[in-house]
Amino acid sequence: MKRFLHASLVLTLASAFVFFLAGAMLELGPTAIDLRVPVAAHLPESGVTHPVTAVLLNYRGYDTLLEIAVLLLALLAILAVVGEAPTSPSRRGHSVLQAMARLAVPSMVVVAIYLLWAGAFRPGGAFQAGAVLAAAAVLLHLVGLLPSWSRPRLGLRIGLAAGFALFLAVAAGLLTQGSLLQYPPAAAGVLILLIESGLTVSLALILAGLFLFLSREAEA
Amino acid sequence: MSTGFIFALTGAILFAAGVAGMILIGHLLRRILAFNLMGSGAFLVLVGLAQRQDVVDPVPQAMVLTGIVVAVAATALALALVRKLHALTGQFELPDDVDD
Repeated sequence: MKRFLHASLVLTLASAFVFFLAGAMLELGPTAIDLRVPVAAHLPESGVTHPVTAVLLNYRGYDTLLEIAVLLLALLAILAVVGEAPTSPSRRGHSVLQAMARLAVPSMVVVAIYLLWAGAFRPGGAFQAGAVLAAAAVLLHLVGLLPSWSRPRLGLRIGLAAGFALFLAVAAGLLTQGSLLQYPPAAAGVLILLIESGLTVSLALILAGLFLFLSREAEA
Repeated sequence: MSTGFIFALTGAILFAAGVAGMILIGHLLRRILAFNLMGSGAFLVLVGLAQRQDVVDPVPQAMVLTGIVVAVAATALALALVRKLHALTGQFELPDDVDD
């Protein structure tokens, strides 16, 4: 009985919350600070022509810098929690699945490179490209072609940290020009593509690592 | 009623459902799902309200893109912690409070 009362109270409060929020959203006027105008006005000096990429890597570069740091931190925390365990031998996958994965993965790599390139002028960019590459790695693991990862060796560690390190190096290098992450308009396009390439590699390895470090069967 | 408002309203409903799930459900895997539901609801509200004028505001979209990736990392960390808890105690629930 007590449990039922508890549940009904929570559900009533949640419904009331939805009604109030819907009312507030219907009443909502135009935004007090309209960011679309400054975003559009400064787009020619941002080095890219797609506004979302301009926000992510130029106007709000701090957010993206800290985001890759958060991802790296999450992966380090997972490594600390999982601890040392031997790599399990990769499962024998079905040969049809393996053949399909062998066909799919090269096209996924091409799609990822296209997404990275397209980010400058249309929806796309480092995050989407990294996610596609990570999905390719998870696919290879699930069909038994890629063993799960144990403690990362030097090469993998460099790959995991490269995106953050490159981003930080560019940010620190720009300190001599003025302020942190303020690109000179002439070089902005090249710098953004450089940072995005580094981010793609690291994001792909980190996102794949979130799955592959956790999928060791010996521990389960 | 615009498309953006429907997205935002769906987001609000998902968020409330996630909050209710967080409070009512004890199983930690389902709690992580409820937490992700809350996050997706918040993202939908941001993206939906960003397009209520004729030209879409790119700033909330960029923030949501950042948020999605961080949410994936947080979910993976939560799953790792749940697995560790299961390996140590054999349970998928947190111990009850003493004063309850």
